[in-house]
Amino acid sequence: MEVSLDFSKVKEIVEDYTEKVDSLIDSYADKKEQIISLLQDIQAEFNYLPQDVLVKISQKLDIPLSQVFSVATFFRAFSLKPRGRHLVTVCLGTACHVKGGQRLVDKVERDYKIKPGETTEDMRFTLEAVNCLGCCALGPVVVVDGKYESKVTPDKLDRVLKKYR
Amino acid sequence: MKVWINGETSIEIEHAEGVGVVHFTVDDKEVAVSGGQTILEALERMDGIGNIPALCHHPAVKPYGACRICTVEVSEDGGNRFKFVAACLYPVKEGLIVKTQTEKIKKLRKGIIELLLARCPNVQRIKELADEYGVEKPRFVLGDQDCILCGLCVRACQEIIGKSAISLVNRGIYKEVAAPFYAYELSGDCIGCGDCAFVCPTGAIEMGDDGRPNLPKVKIPYAEIEAMTKKESIATS
Amino acid sequence: MVEPVRKLLEKKVESPEELENLRQSILAKRDPKRTCITVCGGTACRASGAEAVVEAFVDEIERRELQVQVSLKETGCHGFCERGPLVVIEPKKLFYQRVTPDDVEEIIDETILAGRVVERLLYTDPTTKETVTYEPDVPFYKKQTRNVFGTNGTIDPTNIEDYIAIGGYAALSKALFQMTPENIVDEVQKSGLRGRGGGGFPTGRKWQSCHEAKSKVKYVICNADEGDPGAYQDRSLLEGNPHSILEGMIIGARAIGSHQGYIYVRNEYPLAVRHARIAIEQAMDYGLLGRNILGSGFDFNITINKGGGAFVCGESSALMASLEGKVGEPKAKYVHMAEKGLWERPSLLNNVKTWANVPLIINKGADWYAQLGTQGSKGTMIFSLVGNIVNTGLVEVPMGITLRDMIFDIGGGIPEGKKFKAVQTGGPSGGCIPEQFLDTPVDFDELTKLGSMMGSGGMIVMDEDTCMVDVARYFIEFLKGESCGKCTPCREGINRMSQILSNITRGKGKPEDLDTLQDLAEVLSAGALCALGQTAANPVLSTIRYFKDEYLAHINDKKCPAGVCRELVSFSIDPEKCEGCMRCIRECPTGAVSGEKKQPHTINQDMCISCGACYDVCKFGAVIKR
Repeated sequence: MEVSLDFSKVKEIVEDYTEKVDSLIDSYADKKEQIISLLQDIQAEFNYLPQDVLVKISQKLDIPLSQVFSVATFFRAFSLKPRGRHLVTVCLGTACHVKGGQRLVDKVERDYKIKPGETTEDMRFTLEAVNCLGCCALGPVVVVDGKYESKVTPDKLDRVLKKYR
Repeated sequence: MKVWINGETSIEIEHAEGVGVVHFTVDDKEVAVSGGQTILEALERMDGIGNIPALCHHPAVKPYGACRICTVEVSEDGGNRFKFVAACLYPVKEGLIVKTQTEKIKKLRKGIIELLLARCPNVQRIKELADEYGVEKPRFVLGDQDCILCGLCVRACQEIIGKSAISLVNRGIYKEVAAPFYAYELSGDCIGCGDCAFVCPTGAIEMGDDGRPNLPKVKIPYAEIEAMTKKESIATS
Repeated sequence: MVEPVRKLLEKKVESPEELENLRQSILAKRDPKRTCITVCGGTACRASGAEAVVEAFVDEIERRELQVQVSLKETGCHGFCERGPLVVIEPKKLFYQRVTPDDVEEIIDETILAGRVVERLLYTDPTTKETVTYEPDVPFYKKQTRNVFGTNGTIDPTNIEDYIAIGGYAALSKALFQMTPENIVDEVQKSGLRGRGGGGFPTGRKWQSCHEAKSKVKYVICNADEGDPGAYQDRSLLEGNPHSILEGMIIGARAIGSHQGYIYVRNEYPLAVRHARIAIEQAMDYGLLGRNILGSGFDFNITINKGGGAFVCGESSALMASLEGKVGEPKAKYVHMAEKGLWERPSLLNNVKTWANVPLIINKGADWYAQLGTQGSKGTMIFSLVGNIVNTGLVEVPMGITLRDMIFDIGGGIPEGKKFKAVQTGGPSGGCIPEQFLDTPVDFDELTKLGSMMGSGGMIVMDEDTCMVDVARYFIEFLKGESCGKCTPCREGINRMSQILSNITRGKGKPEDLDTLQDLAEVLSAGALCALGQTAANPVLSTIRYFKDEYLAHINDKKCPAGVCRELVSFSIDPEKCEGCMRCIRECPTGAVSGEKKQPHTINQDMCISCGACYDVCKFGAVIKR
């Protein structure tokens, strides 16, 4: 089933949330240096950082839009494009790498045609590579939608991912 | 002896009370300047004293310390131990020993120029520096950019104009100068003054017909350069 | 007065005497002989299913109505992550490992009700084959000195009363009422404590400069942006014993005269953030944080800030830029952060482990602390021992223990009988240490002499199947993605190093590459703006120094001796072992593998791209990697 990336549709969804967005931004009115926290709250709500929300932040908190944009593009936690329904995070920390973490990234690339940072065309998966989740004893570690999988082999990853539609 | 104030004016030391004179040496020559300056500021227009190239420095904006080509060796303990510091940021201190022409410094400058030349092989200013320091052909795959990421345009817009219409976005090798979302219309901050184009040391920014600056485009995206040096990506069945 | 407010006021402790009384009253309410089932709640054990175990216990205890006889506690990380989920039954400290929810019923039946041991859940030493019943006897723990980390396993990090019961906040009480700020700084200086975050800077000296700096406003910062891949001690400490860090920070604030503190936690540590938040709330409720701490008149508040996914923000000036709402670009530190840091004010920034050591130093004194460790490196250090090692986990040892003891004694050696090749310390700023230096004592200066460094305590063990060129390439790729991009040497230099190393691992290396790498390393160390760039070349330089033959094999012979670099490795199928199951044929992305069912398969070398998929899926070991 093909789902097309229609940005105009996305904008409508955001407009429904105007009140929520406004009050969220207003809550940071006297602590605008915590802009990273604000962006994290926005990202948690929308699964990415919608452009007009960032423009609104710049206007309401009186921060130059260029600075908001710089911060949004500097930190890997933020995505300016809508993400997939399921977030697959492969740990590429040294310990997981030594135990074969890279093979898992390669496997996702082979099977789903996405590299780290990319989303499948059908918006099913977004792949992220992260440097060390702190579960080094259980490497290689993959987290799917917040659920940790340990001692993952390409085989196991295949089985795990098939469960997520 | 002359005391240099701001690298432009100097007064005789006999008349220099209340100026907070700082004595230090540069390449074994004794210098006296008014305190509160950085090494680069102090030496900027002094003829024949020190020889410090600089790319991301401009007297009209605050120093940034990004190009690192102004690196010099300094010693605070009378010559016992030396460390590498950026002259554009390091404050002058009483008794400081500064060396600007050591073999290590020359090698470092060559190294930085080689890297910049590989990034921007067609930029006049970099080619001039390459000639001056004897850098011929970089040992790396050549890019084709005009921007050396000195940040002068961004700082000029922020500090002189007070508008911050452009900024440095992304990080690492993907860093570039851009308007928010690569579109000036969204913020309306750009007033078309052309200051960014004026301070740019490489001529990477030119004012466009629409009154807005044409920011340096990354001509060959790094992702492509990487693919050129790699095999084709994993074939799919 | 409103009931909840009254309850809050009742909880507030307003003098050292009241703190001690509270402690006594908590202890009086607890029966030390009562059975307590503690389940390790560290993230690693949770990833192995600890939460399901806890739920199973909760259900079982409720079902059997054992709430009076037995208490259940989810504690901080116990450190022996290899064997999780861990269950330790107090007060005897009966040690069960690899516990699943299905084991819970038997544990209740046998151990809790009948006082018997469930043999199959006990730890068995792989070498001696001995079974161990009690936690202190487990070889992994025996050689450790768990002064800082040991508390994790006995407390519930979400219950401040557990921390107070074991003497928590007594150091704060002493610091506020029996010591002057100068005394506190002196004590830390005398202890010889050095920064546990990577730099190893003498902590006392930092506190001294910050104490002397003249400013009405000063800041205290805890760097919990643990970025070194492979290191997770900070995470486990913040999750498992957040109050030890809070206590340390408040003492530090008192020493320098600060009233606002920040804990900067990595974005990827949600549990640490949650536990730290709970700890701050509870500490405030009890009058141990916030206004008029312990009735001393001293105010101090702590805010938690989350990182945004940038390793460079572990660098102090980049961290402070990020706290100020800017991008995490470091700046030149020609004036120390201790004098001009956050918002240009004096700022005291220390790592999580450093802060956690402070209450210990105040409680037991600098002289006691300085007894442990070496001349130049006092106290204990918490390492994350990971990679190709039998006992992966978090290890706390006195400085001066040898690498050999760490890896082969506590660590249990290399799994699957393979040979030790190198140990990587200090994260991306450190280097790889080969076999001939295994008897080096673990010490800040000793490790630096070998071309590596202590760093944040990551210790990654590598066996004979590791390609050291690939390790260098891995670290450079990591730094390339994390470089902030501000300065030319780092942004351009690391990128070029990554291109060269990538070429070498793909058989496209040239003999002059080693010299080029050396030149780039010098540009980085002399020219880079911050420590990320300045130390970026260490993994490369140390691997060239100790494993040059591997580099030459890649460059001259186009071979990867360890069999890791895919393009230098060829795959073939052993017809003797192949069962003809066709799994590899299905996995192969290029169709290079062919064969009939139940017939030996073959790989067409022209079509093979050496991805290794067939090697990964073959259950019969029929795919040969050369």
